[in-house]
Amino acid sequence: MEERPLYLTSTLLYGFAGLVVFFGVWFVLPTTGLVPVQFLPSPITVAERVATLTTNRFAGATLPAHIAYSFTRFISGFALAALIGIPLGLLMGWFRIVDEIAGPIFDGLRFIAPIAWVPFAALWFGTGIGGPIMIIFAGAFPPCVINAYRGARQVDPRLIEAAEMLGTSDMRMMTNILLPASVPSIVAGLRVAAGLGWQSLVGAELIVASTGVGFMMVQAQANVATSTVMSGMVAIGIVGLLIDIILRWGEAAIRRRRGLNA
Amino acid sequence: MGAIRFDNVGKVFGRANSGFAALEAVDLDIREREFVAIVGPSGCGKTTCLRMVAGFESVSSGRVLVNDRVVKAPGSDRAVVFQQFALFPWKTVRQNIEFGLRNKRTPRDERNELVDDVLKLMTLESHRDAYPHQLSGGMQQRVAIARAYVLDPDVLLMDEPFGALDAQTRVVMQEELVRLARINPRTVLFITHAVEEAVYLADRVAIMSRRPGTIKEVIDVKTVRTSEDWDGFEKIEDVMDLESFVHLRTRIWKSLREEKVAVDG
Ligand SMILES: Nc1ncnc2c1ncn2[C@@H]1O[C@H](COP(=O)(O)OP(=O)(O)OP(=O)(O)O)[C@@H](O)[C@H]1O
Ligand SMILES: [Mg+2]
Repeated sequence: MEERPLYLTSTLLYGFAGLVVFFGVWFVLPTTGLVPVQFLPSPITVAERVATLTTNRFAGATLPAHIAYSFTRFISGFALAALIGIPLGLLMGWFRIVDEIAGPIFDGLRFIAPIAWVPFAALWFGTGIGGPIMIIFAGAFPPCVINAYRGARQVDPRLIEAAEMLGTSDMRMMTNILLPASVPSIVAGLRVAAGLGWQSLVGAELIVASTGVGFMMVQAQANVATSTVMSGMVAIGIVGLLIDIILRWGEAAIRRRRGLNA
Repeated sequence: MGAIRFDNVGKVFGRANSGFAALEAVDLDIREREFVAIVGPSGCGKTTCLRMVAGFESVSSGRVLVNDRVVKAPGSDRAVVFQQFALFPWKTVRQNIEFGLRNKRTPRDERNELVDDVLKLMTLESHRDAYPHQLSGGMQQRVAIARAYVLDPDVLLMDEPFGALDAQTRVVMQEELVRLARINPRTVLFITHAVEEAVYLADRVAIMSRRPGTIKEVIDVKTVRTSEDWDGFEKIEDVMDLESFVHLRTRIWKSLREEKVAVDG
């Protein structure tokens, strides 16, 4: 069993090499003057800016505070999408009639990009918390529904028959059989939903918010403070990555518990 | 409780006129608390028969009755034990077994008592908190039997329940099932490919002909079992050595053989 550690080391090595090249190029371009520093601040400048922003306010708040605003909105919209989307997906998966009624509407709506809801979000909510939440919801809702639906439709029919012969009601069929059986599919959907939600959040904040990382970036752009814009991008990337790591970890834990290979 | 009746049952898969007939004129009466095994060549429609009693499959003609009522849908009065166990992988042994009782809203104290009893009966106590994937095939099938048994169903439907087990585990499970049937007799419809298994377990063995399947012959085992006192033997191999057992087994074999030869020719 010497192959696996070897393989792992080489993977890490390649990943590390990629990072070195990435930061190397990023560093070299502005410092050698190939690209003006106003257009592309060097990684060191950005790191310093991030450090400053953790204590100093920009656009009304420090960077951690902006992240906190963004994250609160994200969690609200994401939770709403999951709480409505997963039950809807399961209902569509179990009751043919629900599928037939909701399916076409849903199929049409899901092709509208979350950002396309911005005018309505602005109209209905102004810069209140409702606007961004609505846009995150628009991004996160479809993957929640689709994956719960697919999960429910792909449950081993023998398990459904087993439940039927045990006298299971429709309600308990959904909560005790379809839901747990679909968990791997649903968690995969949540990962996609989180990614789309987080992306659309920042887009939404560029327009319909007065706090948050997106808002901070628009303000910085207006002042041509490129290193602040990049600090926002770094924050978005890192928080997004953390959200994904947590969900991935949850997914692996569930698979392990089921005895599926993680 | 638990009489099963096939009344001139036919089954056509696919379209009514262009589909193919899987079952034709199946007539079989199973009395309360009787153990009937069905044997027959592969594809003759044994599983289809059982699934009709379970309520998973509709009849194309004729009627299937349980307790003199036409079967319309699945229900916990007819518990099924599947060849592939079909345990809920996200539930522990205990949760699997109590699921049906929870469906019936059995009060907690009564539920716990029933589950504890059946765990003990099936010697599963030490595995109560394990998940199905942590158990051997034999253990999993015990859980599946316990899950069905705990509901005190009128009818137990078993489709090659030991078919996925190794030979040794299989023998243990067969002996266990006989023990269970003595403690708490139920009406059992049992499907198998193994003639020995059918003769060892059943009161009567129904032999099916090849497609379109029908009941070709029903052989009484119970009379011989009682007169030769098979139940007096602890071990399955002792019974299988008896001349009375061998005689019945050979008779069924020959009857089945005719069917298989017919398929080849
Ligand atoms: N849902 C279905 N649709 C179409 N044909 C089916 C369906 N279920 C079963 N059949 C066919 O009906 C016939 C009887 O099937 P069944 O599974 O009842 O046979 P069986 O006696 O249980 O066979 P085996 O011994 O292999 O388990 C087979 O030819 C099978 O292919
Ligand atoms: Mg079969």
